[in-house]
Amino acid sequence: MPALRGLAGHSDLIYFLAKRDVTVRYKQTLVGAFWAVLQPLLLALIFTLVLGQLTDVPSGATPYGLFALAGMTMWLFVAGAIGRCSDSTLASSEMISKVYFPRVILPLAALAVPAVDFGAALAVLLVILAATGHLPGLEVLLVPAVFLMAAGVVLGIGLWLSALVVRYRDVSLAVPFLLLVFLFSTPILYPLSLVPDHYQTLLSLNPLVGVMEAFRWTVLEDAPGPGVSVLISAGVGALLLASGMVYFARAEQRFADVI
Amino acid sequence: MQAVSGMDGSGTAICAERIGKRYTLGAVQGGLLSERIAEALRSRRRPVSSERSGDFWALRDVGFEIGTGEIVGLIGRNGAGKSTMLKVISRITPPTEGRATVRGRVGTLLEVGTGFHPELSGRENVFLNGAVLGMKRREIISKYDEIVEFAGIQRFLETPVKRYSSGMYVRLAFAVAAHLEPEILLVDEVLAVGDLEFQRKCLGKMRDVASHGRTVLFVSHNLGAISRLCERALLFEGGRLEADGPAPEVIAAYMASAASSQHVGLTDVPDEAPRMGTAEARLRRVGLTRVDGSAVAALHLDERFRVSAEFEVFQDVSEAVFELGVSTLAGDRVVTSNSTDRELLPMPLGEGRRAVAVDLDAALLPGEFVIDVAVHRPNGTTIDFVQGALRFSVLNAAEEGHDHYPWNVVRGHVRPRAVWSDVRAPSGDPVEDGTRG
Repeated sequence: MPALRGLAGHSDLIYFLAKRDVTVRYKQTLVGAFWAVLQPLLLALIFTLVLGQLTDVPSGATPYGLFALAGMTMWLFVAGAIGRCSDSTLASSEMISKVYFPRVILPLAALAVPAVDFGAALAVLLVILAATGHLPGLEVLLVPAVFLMAAGVVLGIGLWLSALVVRYRDVSLAVPFLLLVFLFSTPILYPLSLVPDHYQTLLSLNPLVGVMEAFRWTVLEDAPGPGVSVLISAGVGALLLASGMVYFARAEQRFADVI
Repeated sequence: MQAVSGMDGSGTAICAERIGKRYTLGAVQGGLLSERIAEALRSRRRPVSSERSGDFWALRDVGFEIGTGEIVGLIGRNGAGKSTMLKVISRITPPTEGRATVRGRVGTLLEVGTGFHPELSGRENVFLNGAVLGMKRREIISKYDEIVEFAGIQRFLETPVKRYSSGMYVRLAFAVAAHLEPEILLVDEVLAVGDLEFQRKCLGKMRDVASHGRTVLFVSHNLGAISRLCERALLFEGGRLEADGPAPEVIAAYMASAASSQHVGLTDVPDEAPRMGTAEARLRRVGLTRVDGSAVAALHLDERFRVSAEFEVFQDVSEAVFELGVSTLAGDRVVTSNSTDRELLPMPLGEGRRAVAVDLDAALLPGEFVIDVAVHRPNGTTIDFVQGALRFSVLNAAEEGHDHYPWNVVRGHVRPRAVWSDVRAPSGDPVEDGTRG
């Protein structure tokens, strides 16, 4: 991958930037790490009250509250990572114009905070699942693999956005809207099975669909196994990542001139 | 652009071939995507010519070779292309034309403290900043104690740097930078910060770096530092390489060109004059007269003179220290007077146009000199510093009488008032026998 060339010599920089972000994130915040855990819990609660009670979204044998909590756990990683990745270049404009380093380090390191938050939220999710008697099966061991897939997809999106935003500032205005579109067009608060069969394949072109499906399969006891949708999403995700790398590598040449 | 890794210990470290760097001014850089789309739709109907009027060549047709172990100074006015040259060599920005080939690991110091995060402690920032500058974690760990010692902030290592004074911040940042040990070091103007003692420390460190056989490219307006550190200098003017040769010659050429546009009298100091500082105030005009205020074409031996400086102050400065320097054309400072010398107090410098004058009894020997004018804060922060603001000559003749310097070679630049004894037999205290005036 062209964007990754020369990365080896700068691996320590990724580490220190990631460490900086995580340190700053948890320094001086009132509830510290609890925030990472509180957010999915509160959101799941709200969606349970609204969607679960008012519209009765089917969630199989799993209570809707747990279904929504699992969805929020992964969604907050995705939303946080896309947001931070797309901000990463502009936020480091001073560094970009004063020092040379492979710029791809910035969106890569931006994944650290959402990843740590995800770890905390996942732990709480698993504890709650266990406490309520909905312990997942052995599939749970595949969570790291699903996480890697999710990270790949969001990095692909993040590479595109972080390179585009250097040139076109209005990209940063589009990101919150884009996230909103993803939130509702991805089966996060509802199962994919709710979507008519012939649209499922089409919907799976959104790579987050496969990520959600795969994640719920690993943590919820009776979620449907990964099907064609996961394969399609993985393919689209890989394409997004590869094209993001290529575009980023081309665009990064001019970062210092236009930032 | 191409980086060849590995060193063969000798030969060429940097090779720049016909480098050109074009910047496009105006809306074409960056902007909004929506504007670009609208523009694209418009231009579909009415194609725009490919020759854009807002093009600006920051560098044009620049070529040079730097040998391994050479210490080279880059000089020139602001906007002459020196910093752009460093950015091209360091790969921060690609050249529009030509290519730069670099042999060896490059460390770039365009400013100190790049990547410092205010919320992080001094210790955390040492590691972060070191990594940003391209140091490996192991390298930083092994030099950590040295860095801390150099900065002299041992007690505040666990304090977030947002609570540091600006002096402490700069010292820590420079300490990290000073311990960067790449094969090729590119340095831009970092010595403009910090107090004088610290600047001396930094110059010493740079000399160490130089003596260890590393290649150094050094951009500075501090011509004295360039002439002390560098054997060779490159002079940039309007994006072109004007001179390349032994540092004293190139510096003299620069001083001559910088001063040539200026006459004796109250003269405008252009924005692009070689200057540095925080720019809260800027020297606008400077003049040289007799102490009674009358105009003078050149000074006589022993003649006292007055330098008047007019500043445009953009922001109130509660305590200002003015500095007047007389330097040789080679950039060596001969005489310095600060407005706070001999325990005088700093002066307030209010917003708007402000003038200050100093009468000087510099006792210069015959020769060509330039005047440097600066205004600082008491802590050493430079607000504005113009080197070579005005050029003048000291004639080899006193105004009255026949006092002159009779030999062809003038050694030194100052003849201080001196008290010589009579010649007598070498015993006892020489001044006991009485002195001559």
